[in-house]
Amino acid sequence: MNTLAEPSYRARVGYQAGLLGGFALLAAALLVMGDIATRDTIALREAEDLKATLTQVIPAELHDNDLLEATVPLVDDAGRTVTVYRALRDGTVSALAFPVVGKGYAGEIRLMLGVDPEGRILGVRVIAHSETPGLGDKIELAKDDWILDFDGRALGDPPAARWAVAKDGGDFDQFSGATITPRAVVRAVRAGLERFAAERSRLIVAPDRLDTAEE
Amino acid sequence: MSQPQPTDWRRIAADGIWNNNVVLGQALALCPLLAVTATATNGLGLGLASTLVMTLSGVLVALVRSLVTPEVRIPVFILVIAVLVTLVDLAMNAWLHDLHKVLGLFIPLIVTNCAILGRAESFASRNPVLPSAFDGLMMGIGFTLVLVALGAVREIIGSATLFADASLLLGESMAFLELTLIPDYPGFLLAILPPGGFLALGFMLAGKRLIDTRRARIRARGATAAPV
Repeated sequence: MNTLAEPSYRARVGYQAGLLGGFALLAAALLVMGDIATRDTIALREAEDLKATLTQVIPAELHDNDLLEATVPLVDDAGRTVTVYRALRDGTVSALAFPVVGKGYAGEIRLMLGVDPEGRILGVRVIAHSETPGLGDKIELAKDDWILDFDGRALGDPPAARWAVAKDGGDFDQFSGATITPRAVVRAVRAGLERFAAERSRLIVAPDRLDTAEE
Repeated sequence: MSQPQPTDWRRIAADGIWNNNVVLGQALALCPLLAVTATATNGLGLGLASTLVMTLSGVLVALVRSLVTPEVRIPVFILVIAVLVTLVDLAMNAWLHDLHKVLGLFIPLIVTNCAILGRAESFASRNPVLPSAFDGLMMGIGFTLVLVALGAVREIIGSATLFADASLLLGESMAFLELTLIPDYPGFLLAILPPGGFLALGFMLAGKRLIDTRRARIRARGATAAPV
């Protein structure tokens, strides 16, 4: 760079600080504008994603409400608050769905678990995971129909001791080459069902009666 | 530089696409490269997003280069690039949502793509706007070509498909690109996992060296045969 021709003010700390500050201000302004321009669309897309997952675990004929509306919070085993989405038909709770998390081979496996009010599984779907492609990713319905084995199961069906993968003496198959992933899914689903059973009386109260039932 | 030289557009293009290719010539941006190229479509997606950011960052950096002092140039350039990437990320999430679900994890990685800061520092901060934009575009195209080639090789060997899910990226009209080369292919896991990426990249780097050596030899032979 041609330093000789540079005006002297450029060497001052004030100019440099002002320059950096100015750019930071400009950057912040641009980001705010970008956020405002995309926020609603992104929220809409995420709601669509959620609804697409929910309709896979709650059959359409079971509800006449918007699944994203009749929600209730639930504290899971890890102390996190998750949202329970409830399907209503004629004002009573006909099905519920909530996310559960399993500890897989390569990080968290996030699942959506749908149950009927008695605690019987309507469906389980994987929302996100980072398992090994070609081995652990058979938990995705797009790759394998293993995840459908859960349909119709409940606590006690199979009995508690057999709520595990075959290798651990349970009723659920593992995949060749991958045991940790299905084991994590089975455990997460089972934990979710137990959680549901513990809080069932609160969760299945329909929303219009909830106001009086709460606290 | 005593005198402004005329812009050598052909040289910029040749540098970006082949001679000084981001991956094959400078060996930069390997982290996002290896992470996303399990399929050609993912490679194309990241390549296009990176190209957009590179071109725009070239323009912006060239615009502000006379304002920015050497002492604060690096933070300023990083700020420019980070803002661009964030805006691209937001825009993709809003309007190319399905692709964003596939690539979302890697978009923020564009910030750490040292090739972009590298071009800002070594080209755009010393050249006018148009050549800088062109340089960013050509570097981006070079990067995209490598991403797609690597993705295609890994996808064909790993799962015997090509451009799977291309319609997510390019729209339904491009669904004809999606090929299944061998039905019921059992899959070759190594090619899809990161080690397969390293192996394929190694072969590509070796290939470029081979071609360059051969071209240099031919040029040397031509020079001795007909001395100027």
